[in-house]
Amino acid sequence: MNFNLSKEHVMLQKMYREFTEKEVKPYAEEVDEREEFPVETVKKLSRYGFMGIPIPKEYGGAGGDNIAYAMAVEELSKACATTGVIVSAHTSLCAVPILEFGTEEQKQKYLVPLAKGEKLGAFGLTEPNAGTDASAQQTTAILDGDNYILNGTKIFITNAGYADIYIIMAMTDKSQGTRGISAFIVEAETEGFTVGKKEAKLGIKGSATCELIFENCRIPKANLLGKVGKGFGIAMKTLDGGRIGIAAQALGIAQGALDETIGYVRERRQFGKPLSYFQNTQFQLADMHTKIEASRMLVYKAAFNKSNNMPYSMEAAMAKLYAAETAMEVTTKAVQLHGGYGYTREYPVERMMRDAKITEIYEGTSEVQKMVISAHLLK
Amino acid sequence: MAISEYKGVWVFAEQRGGEILNVSLELLGKGRELADSLGTKLTAVLLGDQVKDIASELIHYGADEVIVVEDKLLKVYMTETYTKVMTKVINERKPDIILMGATAIGRDLAPRVSARIHTGLTADCTSLEIEEDTKNLLMTRPAFGGNIMATIICPDHKPQMSTVRPGVMVKMERDECRSGEIIELSSELTEKDVNVEIIEIVKEEKAKMKIEEAEVLVSGGRGLGKKENFATLELLAKELGGLVSGSRAVVDAGWIDRDYQVGQTGKTVRPNLYIACGISGAIQHVTGMEDSDLIIAINKNSTAPIFEVADVGIVGDVEKVIPAVIEELKALKEAK
Amino acid sequence: MNIIVCIKQVPDTTEVRLDPVTGTLIRDGVPSIINPDDKSGLEAALKLKEEMGAKVTVLTMGPPQAEVALREALAMGADRGILLTDRAFAGADTWATSCTLAAAIRKIDYDLIIAGRQAIDGDTAQVGPQIAEHLGLPQVSYVEDLKTEGDKLILKRMFEDGYHLVRVNTPCLITTLKEMNEPRYMSVMGILDAYREKEVEVWGLKDIEIDSGNLGLQGSPTKVKKSFTKGAKTAGKLYEVDSKEAAKIIVEKLKEKYII
Repeated sequence: MNFNLSKEHVMLQKMYREFTEKEVKPYAEEVDEREEFPVETVKKLSRYGFMGIPIPKEYGGAGGDNIAYAMAVEELSKACATTGVIVSAHTSLCAVPILEFGTEEQKQKYLVPLAKGEKLGAFGLTEPNAGTDASAQQTTAILDGDNYILNGTKIFITNAGYADIYIIMAMTDKSQGTRGISAFIVEAETEGFTVGKKEAKLGIKGSATCELIFENCRIPKANLLGKVGKGFGIAMKTLDGGRIGIAAQALGIAQGALDETIGYVRERRQFGKPLSYFQNTQFQLADMHTKIEASRMLVYKAAFNKSNNMPYSMEAAMAKLYAAETAMEVTTKAVQLHGGYGYTREYPVERMMRDAKITEIYEGTSEVQKMVISAHLLK
Repeated sequence: MAISEYKGVWVFAEQRGGEILNVSLELLGKGRELADSLGTKLTAVLLGDQVKDIASELIHYGADEVIVVEDKLLKVYMTETYTKVMTKVINERKPDIILMGATAIGRDLAPRVSARIHTGLTADCTSLEIEEDTKNLLMTRPAFGGNIMATIICPDHKPQMSTVRPGVMVKMERDECRSGEIIELSSELTEKDVNVEIIEIVKEEKAKMKIEEAEVLVSGGRGLGKKENFATLELLAKELGGLVSGSRAVVDAGWIDRDYQVGQTGKTVRPNLYIACGISGAIQHVTGMEDSDLIIAINKNSTAPIFEVADVGIVGDVEKVIPAVIEELKALKEAK
Repeated sequence: MNIIVCIKQVPDTTEVRLDPVTGTLIRDGVPSIINPDDKSGLEAALKLKEEMGAKVTVLTMGPPQAEVALREALAMGADRGILLTDRAFAGADTWATSCTLAAAIRKIDYDLIIAGRQAIDGDTAQVGPQIAEHLGLPQVSYVEDLKTEGDKLILKRMFEDGYHLVRVNTPCLITTLKEMNEPRYMSVMGILDAYREKEVEVWGLKDIEIDSGNLGLQGSPTKVKKSFTKGAKTAGKLYEVDSKEAAKIIVEKLKEKYII
């Protein structure tokens, strides 16, 4: 049993922090305020290897483990949750399923540029009528000679419009239910594929969240990911991994809010002394820190399991459930401890509280996580 | 050779384009003190091309004698030519102490010379004294970003060498009645000693300084009352060699540019001196300046939170106190 | 081209705080970093490597923990890391340090030696020029820009009031300013390679040839007689006096703190 980070992890953490401090934090407010996708930041992330951390070197990645990856999302999200989710969606929801389910040709063609950060990835499962009930897919993919023809609409797709490569779930055989769902790799420039309305959101405002519209969109048969009818399983497995990323994002948001708060309560004086001298403050901080540290253990454990070929579905669900709820609780307390200032945009905790909420919703709501966890317990 | 044979205090008289740098005159002031307490001579060493005429100036500022080495190859500073000549005169004449300005030249030349003659060198000294019993030079300098001070000695090697930053020592009053000897020595340089070719010499004005880099900041807040009062702060900043900055309130009011805003939404600064004028000290402001070494706050309101972080708090009217400080500083300069 | 970059691991002095009660230096928890001027020197070397191909060796002298600084340099893209560490080297001033580094450098192939102008914990700016002297090399310090011209270098050598553009033959030594460039970050793959595929060579006294009289504390002409902090920050004082008196108090304080 050993809870120490390896030397590699310690140095990665140092580098993530330096990068975040100089390249992410200074722009976080602007990204939120202008609801602008941080294109320049993503270029820098690519240059330094953030876009392929857990992908093996032979496929253009850094060859790191999932802890190294989760730590990156955590550190980025401490300053900017938007940046965190861009990396998470790209890596967990697009690059990893190609690594795990793709053919060698698909890996060479799509995974290598994704892992190098030359291309950005996204993942499309959710539809207007298929949210938590993802099995109710209405997008169809009909085989026509050497092509599949896609028709339908996806919504709430992270990185949409900026991504070059999309993993799309579609029904190849409606009569089969979830066994009729297949996964496809779709390139952004494909005819018949357009990006629709961009959502206006409460938080992670710089992240592009849009509709994807497929109208007789023809893709080569070779872009089927995995086998026909195995799409639902691929999606579920992908989300298991994605939850580690989102849990890490939630963890980062919470830690970022706590760090801001510790700085604030040391300086802010009321009744002639710093807020940090009041027991209420001290107890709040203790609770916040304890929950963050517990979240971290869950996140790193799930990541560890995934890298070591151990079961991680329940672990990832627990990590996401707990880290997301912690993020919401910690950011709310952070705003409260900042008082009136915390409610203003002059302090980042206001943004962090808005950003935290989504972690309880996307890639499976907290309720879905409980379904996953209990299913494991009762199986 | 016995250490006791090394005698005299030397100051490297740095000239650029035939003009002696102020720091060299300041070092003559300090050198005079050291020479007097050792009962020895103060020598200025002047290297250059056609610089003999300015040698007497060094005597007016305290030197007993000036060693002048003239050579075309010494017209513009180059590491090797200057090192070679300095080393030669040091080895011939064996001074006890050598002081140089901690300039872009002094900090290039001094280490090279010290390595060549195998002696110690202490950089950027803020205080120099002679230890009474040993007659050693006590060289005190800041380290760790100014967080600690260390007193350094060089007991077994001579000369004892030290560089001093401009503005640290005080020059003597110029006295034309002072007389001294001017000793001319030959450089013995040849073209072969030039190992670096200077292609171009460019003079340039210093670029606009950033408040994060300023050592002194005079900062104004809403308590200034009106934009025009910033002019007074400018005067004080100029007097102290610093910059003017402001709180968010005055930036929002358009009294000063956003680049000069200190605080949560502005810049975090850590100067040696921060003078807060009419700044109440809202937490967003304090966050950006509380690590300044010395904080002086002037505010009408005696309960202003700025006083909680200030080392010196003045309850008073900025419009009156600042001009009084400027006057006091000017008086002090004239007295020197 | 073979480039040696001399780096130093230093405490991040911007993070150093004084204990408000005792006035002593708080060293715990202060992160160690590659000295900023050195890091820019490394960046300059890595740029040369990209532009024209070069082997970049990073060299440091320090305690065993300084290995981390070398790994960081490797993670940025340096090819070889050498740690000079030995009890015999401890306590060295700039003279002994430069002698030891020069002795190590004699064992390595080089065309160019780069050192940062000065370290933020000592601020002496002496080691670079002193290494050049021990090796008998031309030196150009305070360099803010660098170009190659065949086997010569064109350098922008900064002064307070401008700069010299100089041409110098290699081999030579230059000292670099942090204003020279914005050093790259380590990369994720660089870090993983630095631990998995690259080695840090550890050299001790037996690996170099040097007169023991020039080593460590023994070989240092300068000695620290004493060190002290400027003292604890005293509680601020509030004065309610007339303007003239106030001005006197302020100016007195400025004198006391050597600001004027």
